[in-house]
Amino acid sequence: MNYNETQSSSATMDSQPLAEAEMISRIIAGERGLFYDLIKPCERAVFLTAYSVLKSEADAEEVVQEAALKAYKALGSFRGESKFSTWLVKITLNEARMRLRRSRSESEISLQEFMDDGDSDYTPAVLTDWREIPSEALDRKEVREILQKALAELPEKYREVLISRDVREMNIAETAQLLGISEGMVKTRLFRARLLMQKIVAPELRPQGRKETKG
Amino acid sequence: MVLDCEHVWREISNYIDGDLDPSVRASIEKHLAHCRHCAAILDSTHNIVYLIADERTFTLPIGFSERLRARLESEIEKSEPASR
Repeated sequence: MNYNETQSSSATMDSQPLAEAEMISRIIAGERGLFYDLIKPCERAVFLTAYSVLKSEADAEEVVQEAALKAYKALGSFRGESKFSTWLVKITLNEARMRLRRSRSESEISLQEFMDDGDSDYTPAVLTDWREIPSEALDRKEVREILQKALAELPEKYREVLISRDVREMNIAETAQLLGISEGMVKTRLFRARLLMQKIVAPELRPQGRKETKG
Repeated sequence: MVLDCEHVWREISNYIDGDLDPSVRASIEKHLAHCRHCAAILDSTHNIVYLIADERTFTLPIGFSERLRARLESEIEKSEPASR
């Protein structure tokens, strides 16, 4: 069937969205154009997952495209034991990690492992006062950039956990399952990631931008 | 239980998630009531967690959806259909 004929057909005649399983069956039966409709609700999740590993928007976008194509080719093996989005995110995570391994030299890997497992400094930025930053501040590009830059500075293991848990708002168990680590490890990495974010971001976002040295 | 500042920092993440025994939580709150440093650290960490969860902080690149759709159309059209 022609792609264009089906690209708007992800609804039944009474305009109800197709159930995921039915959509997958129809794609496998030949309605290829439905595949993008299947992917669309997961776009942000898969992009953030790839970005959490690669910290490059361009690389993350390429990986999402490759992962989506891989998922299409493997759709017949999808058994519906998890949600399609969970399966696609896992494929994306694996693709992103493979790309990172290919692009990173051995010395960089060693340094990264050392930094993650060593006695890094997880003390927060010590403040004596803090005024809450309202969510309206996110309308300012500068504030968004401070948060994005800080996230990119985190070691990969902490960035992955923080994006899963705090940006995608997955729970501890889901995060542990996706990343293949224990729930205890998720909590440990989350604690370190949040304190590192606080250490980087808090002095930048404080009123008047006044900074204090850590105690 | 009396906690020092470092102990409080280590529990801030679990405190934000509400993932603490009531006795530990009570000890932390007792510490926070008289330590303005730890109170400011908790408030700032909590606020940052709140801000990064906002969808405006991390958005898809402009044109992302269109490029993904175009790539899928182009590749899927020429590929073999997915099969069981």
